[in-house]
Amino acid sequence: MFEKLKNMVKNEEKTSNAPKSLNNGKKLKVGYIHLSGCTGDLMSLSENYDDFVDLLHAVDIVYGQTLVDNWQMPKMDIVLIEGSVCLEDEHSIKELKEAREKSKLLVALGSCAATGGFTVYAKGGQQAQPQHSSFLALQHLVNVDMAIPGCPPSPQIIKKVLLAAVNNDMDYLAPFMDFAKNEEACGCDLQKKVINQSICIGCGACAASCPTRAMTMKDGRPSFNCDRCVKCGLCYYQCTRSWWPMDQIKKELGLWEE
Amino acid sequence: MIQDSVLGPYQEIITARASDKKIRSKSQDGGIVSALLIYALEENIIDGTIVAVESNEALKVEPKVATTKKDILKAAGTKYTMCPNLALLKEATRSYGLEKIAAVGTPCQVMGLRKMQAYPMGARNVTDKIALSIGIYCMENFPYESLRTFVCDKARTAPQKVTKMNISKGKLFINHSDSKDAFAIPLKETHGYEQSGCNYCLDYVAELSDISCGSVGAKDGWSTIIKRTDNGASLVDEAINEGVLEVTDTDEGKFGLEMLKKLSTNKKKKNQKRIDKKLDMGLSIPFAHSSKKKDILENR
Repeated sequence: MFEKLKNMVKNEEKTSNAPKSLNNGKKLKVGYIHLSGCTGDLMSLSENYDDFVDLLHAVDIVYGQTLVDNWQMPKMDIVLIEGSVCLEDEHSIKELKEAREKSKLLVALGSCAATGGFTVYAKGGQQAQPQHSSFLALQHLVNVDMAIPGCPPSPQIIKKVLLAAVNNDMDYLAPFMDFAKNEEACGCDLQKKVINQSICIGCGACAASCPTRAMTMKDGRPSFNCDRCVKCGLCYYQCTRSWWPMDQIKKELGLWEE
Repeated sequence: MIQDSVLGPYQEIITARASDKKIRSKSQDGGIVSALLIYALEENIIDGTIVAVESNEALKVEPKVATTKKDILKAAGTKYTMCPNLALLKEATRSYGLEKIAAVGTPCQVMGLRKMQAYPMGARNVTDKIALSIGIYCMENFPYESLRTFVCDKARTAPQKVTKMNISKGKLFINHSDSKDAFAIPLKETHGYEQSGCNYCLDYVAELSDISCGSVGAKDGWSTIIKRTDNGASLVDEAINEGVLEVTDTDEGKFGLEMLKKLSTNKKKKNQKRIDKKLDMGLSIPFAHSSKKKDILENR
């Protein structure tokens, strides 16, 4: 996999019917911005530490607190943004808008950025900033190109997304562009969009992907405990019947033939 | 690799059964799944597997992580109601600490497993531990209450008296301890009792598994095995070399592979019509309308 990646980077961009090229054959400039999140997404990203040597052949991390000593936001090919945006925090709003202007691809990384996540429960009145009370998914304020749900997203998916971006594999990234259209998520999405549509098959993928055990299985159907839900959307996105990436699966299994 | 929209991509189809009589006596047909899992476990190819076992309540099933031969044998035999095997995937890596998991499942469960591997947003450090996927042929699945209807209202017996259920030759057979003969219900009468989600399924033979198997296309007591990935094919080949499985000639004819293809084609055609109807009504479904497909038999 990494051999292929390196070759792709070395060669000038050749083929690809991708809608746009992110890197023009050069190293991909990646930025990381931390808004209102718990740093779990950054931890998940850095869990790829072993693979960073390979990954860093293909990407340059050019901006990010704790990652790079750079206070001026540069132009970026991709910016990963963790956390939701707090409406009472003008710095967050300014940074988000600046990131939108300076990046080709703005990625909401993790459920707080993608759907608001558990920060949608916030009501303010807490130290150290009692006035901070309203938190929203990034789509409410700027145009988001891709959303990667997860609380946090697994290290594996972050790596796969970065590799796909390096390789201009827009087919792989397409679902994340669709996810960016959703401004919110909840465990009841499964009831509304899957069970009520009569397409649930009781496989249990939702229960396996729930990070808080809000979703369990009962009588062959998901059983949802709203009190435990952190609004991450994983149960729906990981559901067998919510969307179906047949071609990507066949490619990965080696069952694909052009 | 043979690309086939009816049976999915595969390398070879063979007919086999478990050599061990003890395994066969506990199994549904050829005992392939049990024999392969036990072999893989003993050879350290896997360190555990997710299987469906009967729960405390008769005929009700639940998923279980099996890490011994005994556990695997306990799960032998087809279950005719839904069992959310995928729900245990994370549990198997965390609570059980498994690093090489096998997952046995229906075609839809294999689809869910593969989707999770391709897009593992919520499967932190899980998908790299999936070593094997065994798929079983499946036409449809029943909610537990539907099974109760068959057993209590039609066969006029009780769930705890049922010794075996089996679908073959267009009938659902229920063996129970009150009678020597199995009670037969024509499948025409079971239609309408299946879970609704099955009506929109375009996969009969678990097209994305490493290995698929089932009784269709083989004579009684044997199973057909579809070798798909290299991983799956080498496991089957090794099991044959080691004498775990015994192979017989594959019947290409009307009651052999033709039957398998016919049933798969029928399921796909029937359900594609239902998908089209649903899409025409403006409802949400992740599969494509037949007018937008090059080959309507494809699972997409």
